[in-house]
Amino acid sequence: MDNARSFVDTTIKFLNVVSKVLPDDVVAKLKELSEKETDPMPKAIYNSMFENMEKAVTLDRPLCQDTGVVQFFLRVGTKFPLIDELEGLLREVVEKGTAIIPLRHNAVETFVEKNTGTNVGKKVPYVDYEIVPYSDKLEMDIYLAGGGCSLPGRATVFMPSAGYEGIADFVADTMVNYGINACPPLVVGIGIGPCMATSAKLAKKASLRTVGSRNPEPLVAKMEVELENSLNNIGIGPQGLSGKTSVLCVNVENMARHPSSMGAAVAFGCWAHRRGTIVFNSDMSYEILTHKGVVL
Amino acid sequence: MKKILTTPIKTEDLIDLRIGDVIYLTGTLVTCRDTGHKRRVLSNVKPKVDLQGGAVFHAGPIVKKTNDKWEMVSVGPTTSMRMEKYEKEFIEATGVKLIIGKGGMGEKTTKACIDNKVVHTVFPGGAAVVAASEVEEITDVEWLDLGMPEAFWVLKVKEFGPLIVSIDTKGNNLFENNKKLFNDKKEKELLALHDKIKFMNY
Repeated sequence: MDNARSFVDTTIKFLNVVSKVLPDDVVAKLKELSEKETDPMPKAIYNSMFENMEKAVTLDRPLCQDTGVVQFFLRVGTKFPLIDELEGLLREVVEKGTAIIPLRHNAVETFVEKNTGTNVGKKVPYVDYEIVPYSDKLEMDIYLAGGGCSLPGRATVFMPSAGYEGIADFVADTMVNYGINACPPLVVGIGIGPCMATSAKLAKKASLRTVGSRNPEPLVAKMEVELENSLNNIGIGPQGLSGKTSVLCVNVENMARHPSSMGAAVAFGCWAHRRGTIVFNSDMSYEILTHKGVVL
Repeated sequence: MKKILTTPIKTEDLIDLRIGDVIYLTGTLVTCRDTGHKRRVLSNVKPKVDLQGGAVFHAGPIVKKTNDKWEMVSVGPTTSMRMEKYEKEFIEATGVKLIIGKGGMGEKTTKACIDNKVVHTVFPGGAAVVAASEVEEITDVEWLDLGMPEAFWVLKVKEFGPLIVSIDTKGNNLFENNKKLFNDKKEKELLALHDKIKFMNY
């Protein structure tokens, strides 16, 4: 098989896994959070989640019906052999994968307002590139974001007088008033930058960082820990029906800002956080980082 | 013992239910979401199936067609709040008695639940394979021109649940109550948090 066929074949198989099996970090955290619950309602909700995860594997079906608009986040080496062809190959992956797996049809062309029926549409699947100089590898996140957890995402630009306290208020308000409907316990990704767009992109990337990881900068990590504790103490619980905790994680990504503005954005992920990371070498051999023991 | 409702649902089946109760459904369940609600309410297009005493599921499934027969693959609830704008009119136009979805609904639907003796319930979000395994068969489909998620799927279900009552016929609203509680807690938490994240230099 040539490189392109091999890449498409492997990526369809991995897309299939991502739609049916949650990554190891998310499963471990769900288990940890479920063990803190004592009341019958949150315990029953967690039980249905775990039963669902099991059934998705035994019946070989996507674990949530909303398999999202397929999104790819690439860290691609400039020497990776397929760098010029990736966009077309990923469209092929999604179109074929949609029929085989099967995925729900989620690409609605805007303005004409028509579902394409293939999950392929204008600029969809979404492909985000980070270029890695001198590397011949491709590290790729696949993310299936349901509409329900995309719905509460918000971005804004604060005057600097709002401080980091203003950002914390913004995130907590959004979680309590909108995130409650987005299938908690939630992944909370926060981006802080000079404007709305830069912050929003960082928020998305923050939401894709490993659950339980910390930002390497101590002050940012402190913001993550303190905000995570506060959000958990609010106790929205699984499905927003009350419980001992609220979130799977709070991840913050930051950059320098303008002296006059401080952009902030929050992107949420639901408990069924279907994220997978795979690394391709130049000969299309691969390693899966998120799902230990999975064979494609 | 499991409390199981069977379609067609009558008012007396619902009036003693209170928020937080857990019930199950046996009978006919139809999926209808954003565009379906608009088509029914704004365009007055009527599906063939009679919804008097019926149950509507805010959901857009994954389905598969094998030998001319539709098969349910995965079907969990979607965010009910998106249907808030048209739910009252949908209830009045169709006579549905049970709404199944995810998360809360607002004041307008709550009032419609009181006036028409209707109950809103939530199925655990994301538990879509559990839900699919409680669907015995897909008996019909209409409005396929809207695409797979938005089509009007008619399902035969058995002990479909758990369904947690979130709005009852007295107008109690579980998620609105929770939101007030969470907002009070939030104010306290943020007050304590602010001192710990004063990173601005001046």
